[in-house]
Amino acid sequence: MTTLTDPPKEQFRLSMLLYDTRYRSATIQVIAMIGFMLLAAWLISNTAQNLAALGKPIDFGFFSEPASYDINQRLLDYSSRDTHLRAALIGLLNTLVVAVLGCITATVLGVIIGVLRLSNNWIVARLMTIYVEGFRNVPVLLWIVFIMAILIETLPAPSAFRGDNATASMVLGDSVAVTNRGVYVPEPLFSNSLGNIHLFGESSLRFDISLDLMAVLVVLGAGIWVSNFIRKRADRIQEQTGDRPVTWWQRVAVIVLPTGLLLVLLGFHLGYPELKGFNFSGGTHLRNSLIALWLALSLYTAAFIAEIVRAGIMAISKGQTEAASALGLRSNKIMSLVILPQALRVIIPPLISNYLNLTKNSSLAIAVGYMDITGTLGGITMNQTGRELETILLLMLVYLTISLSISAVMNWYNESVKLKER
Amino acid sequence: MKKSVLLGALTVAGLAAGAAAAGTIDDVKARGKLNCGVTTGLVGFAAPDSNGEWKGFDVALCRAVAAAVLGDGNAVEFVPTTGKTRFTALASGEVDMLARNTTWTFSRDVDLKFEFVGVNYYDGQGFMVPKALGVSSAKELDGATVCIQTGTTTELNLADFFRANNISYEPVPIETNAEAQQQYLAGACDVYTTDASGLAATRATFEAPGDHVLLPEIISKEPLGPLVRHGDNEWADVVRWTLNALISAEEYGITSANIDEMSAGTNNPEINRILGTEGTLGEMLGLDNQWAMRAIKVGGNFGEVFAQNIGESTPIGLARGLNAQWTEGGLLYSPPFR
Ligand SMILES: N[C@@H](CCC(=O)N[C@@H](CS)C(=O)NCC(=O)O)C(=O)O
Repeated sequence: MTTLTDPPKEQFRLSMLLYDTRYRSATIQVIAMIGFMLLAAWLISNTAQNLAALGKPIDFGFFSEPASYDINQRLLDYSSRDTHLRAALIGLLNTLVVAVLGCITATVLGVIIGVLRLSNNWIVARLMTIYVEGFRNVPVLLWIVFIMAILIETLPAPSAFRGDNATASMVLGDSVAVTNRGVYVPEPLFSNSLGNIHLFGESSLRFDISLDLMAVLVVLGAGIWVSNFIRKRADRIQEQTGDRPVTWWQRVAVIVLPTGLLLVLLGFHLGYPELKGFNFSGGTHLRNSLIALWLALSLYTAAFIAEIVRAGIMAISKGQTEAASALGLRSNKIMSLVILPQALRVIIPPLISNYLNLTKNSSLAIAVGYMDITGTLGGITMNQTGRELETILLLMLVYLTISLSISAVMNWYNESVKLKER
Repeated sequence: MKKSVLLGALTVAGLAAGAAAAGTIDDVKARGKLNCGVTTGLVGFAAPDSNGEWKGFDVALCRAVAAAVLGDGNAVEFVPTTGKTRFTALASGEVDMLARNTTWTFSRDVDLKFEFVGVNYYDGQGFMVPKALGVSSAKELDGATVCIQTGTTTELNLADFFRANNISYEPVPIETNAEAQQQYLAGACDVYTTDASGLAATRATFEAPGDHVLLPEIISKEPLGPLVRHGDNEWADVVRWTLNALISAEEYGITSANIDEMSAGTNNPEINRILGTEGTLGEMLGLDNQWAMRAIKVGGNFGEVFAQNIGESTPIGLARGLNAQWTEGGLLYSPPFR
C-alpha cells in the first residue's frame, strides 16, 4: 500500500536567487536595474555639482530675456527685442518648414526614382542606380555645403540685374528673380483683405491667423466635399442603372467656381519682386540657405526612399502581375491598382525612419546659416546666454517630440493601409 | 546600508568633479602643453602659416604664457574655435585659455562665468563694403544684406545699430571668417561687419584689397582680451601678468634684442623685478623667477608682437591708435610690478 504524500515543501534559500533558474533572470534584471539607476544618479549628481561649482545652476529664466539678435527667415513677426523663447519658436517653425518640404520632395523623387530603377530601359535604370549610389554614399553635410557653394558662386548677385547693361535678367515674364541670395517669386496678395485674427496678445507665443487664407481653405474644402458627394451619387446611379452620368464638369465646377469667386471678391493678385536698393523687394524670398538645405536633404533622402520603393515593389510576387494582366489590366493600372497598394505595406515602416532621419539631418542647417531651432535655441541663444545644458536638453526634447509625432502619424497611416485579415 | 553606500559614492564622484575645476596651472604643467583656444583662421591674429605653424598676435600671447609656465613657447596645442564653440570649449576644459578676438562684456564675465584677464587689443565694430557699391556711410545701408559671424557681439551690435537708426537689413549668419569672406566676395552679401581689426586682416588677404573700403562708423566698443575660466584665480593671475609683462616690457624698453643684456641686472628696480633679478614675483605666481623673461623672449614685447603681426609694416597695416602705451596717448597701461 502506498501513501500519497505532498511533495516536500521547498525551503527558500538565498542561494536560489542565483542557482535556481526560476529566480535567476529576475535577479539579474534587478541587479542591472540598480546598476543603471546608480549610473544615472551619478551622472545627474555629477552634472548638478559641477554646475554648482561653476556657479551656474540650472535656470530657464533666460527664456524671457530679450534675444537681441535678428533672424532673417521668420514665419511670424519677430524683432531683436523679442524674447529668446520667441526666437526658439521662429527657429522651430523654420525646422518644420524644411522638414515638411524635404519629406514631400524626397517622397515624390524617391518613388519616381525607385520605379524607374526597375525600368526595362537599360539606360534609365543605370542612371537611377548612379543617382542612388552617388547620393547615398556621400555625407549629406557635403551635399548641403556643395549645393550652397554652387548657388553662391554661379548665380548672379542682385546688382547684376541693375542698370542699362545688366548682365542678368528675371525669368518667367519678369516675375521670378534667381540670384545668389536666393530666389524671389511672386507672392499672393489680397486687396480687400479680411484681416487677421491675433492670438495670445503680446506674449512670446503670439501669432496671427489670416482670415483670407482660412476663407479660401474653407470654401475649397466645401467644394471638394460637394464634389465627392456628386461622385458617390454617380456611383450609386451606376450601380442601379448600369449607366454612369457624366459628372466631371460638375465636379470641377463646384471646386473651381466658388473658390475663384471668393478670390475675386478678396481682390487676389500677385505681388512681383522688384529690384530696390541693394536687393529685390516684394514677392516671396526663398533664401539660398533654405534652397540648399531643402534640395540636399531631399536629394539625399530620395536615394534611400528609392531603394525602399524598389524593395517594396520587388517583394510583390510576379504571380500578382501575371494574374492582373490575365484579367486584362494594362501595365500602369497593374502598378497603381495591384502592385503599389500591396507594396505600400512593405514601404511605409522604413519610410517613417527616413522621414525621421531627414528631420534630424535638418539640424545641419547652420552649415549654410539657415536659422532652424539648432541655429537659434541651440546656437545663438546658447552662445549668448551660456546656458549649454538647458538649451541642449530642450533641443533634444524638441526633436524627440517632432520625431514621435511623425512616427505617430505615420503609424496611424500604416495601420490604415495594412493588410486587413478577415 | 544600501542608501549610505549610494550617497557615499555620489559624494566621492561630486568631490572628484569639484576638484577638477581648479588647478589649471598644475594640469598644464603635468601635461607639458598649454591648450590655447584661437580662431579658425584670421591672418595676423591667429592662422597657420605655409609650414603649418600657428602665427599671429593672439598666438603670440599663447606662446608667451606657455614659455612662462612651461619654459617653451612651442609647447602649445592650438585649438581652433568658432565664435560659437569658443565658450563651450573653455567652460568644458578643452582649452586652458582663449586668445581669440573675444570682447570683454559684462555677461560673458559675470553670467557666463569667465574671467577676462586684460585687454590686448582695443577695437570697435566696423563695416566693409565693395567700393563699387558707392556707399560712404553705414547709415546708407538700408535694405542691405549683411554677413555676420554667429555667436558674436557683432550680431547684437548690428541689430541694435540698425534698429536705432530705423533702417532694415537682411542678416546672413555665418560660422567662420573664411566662409564669410567667400560669401562677401561672391556678392552674396553687400556688407561684411565684424571688429575693425578683423576687417582689416580679412581685407589684407583679398586679391584686390583696394576694391573694398571700411566705412567710417565704428558702432561699438570691442575690448578684445584673453580669458580663462572663472574661479581659478592662480591661473588667471598667470595669464594676466604674462600679458602685463609684455606691455610693461614695451613701456620700459625691454626688447628681444636687449633682454639678455638687461637680465644681467639694470639700475631700474622695476625692470629687475620683471626679469627676475630682484624679488620673488615668479615664486608668488607659482612659477620660477625667469617666467617673464622667457615670455618676453619668445616674440618680443607687446610693441614688437604688434608690429610683426598686424602693424603698419604688415599687409594688415593697423596703426597703434588706442593700442599705444598710455605714455604715448594710448590705453595700454600695465599695473606696476611690485
Ligand atoms: N569680438 C567679437 C567678434 C569676434 C570674432 O568672431 N571675430 C572674427 C573676426 S574679427 C574672428 O575672429 N573670426 C575668425 C574665425 O572665424 O575663426 C566677439 O567677441 O564676439
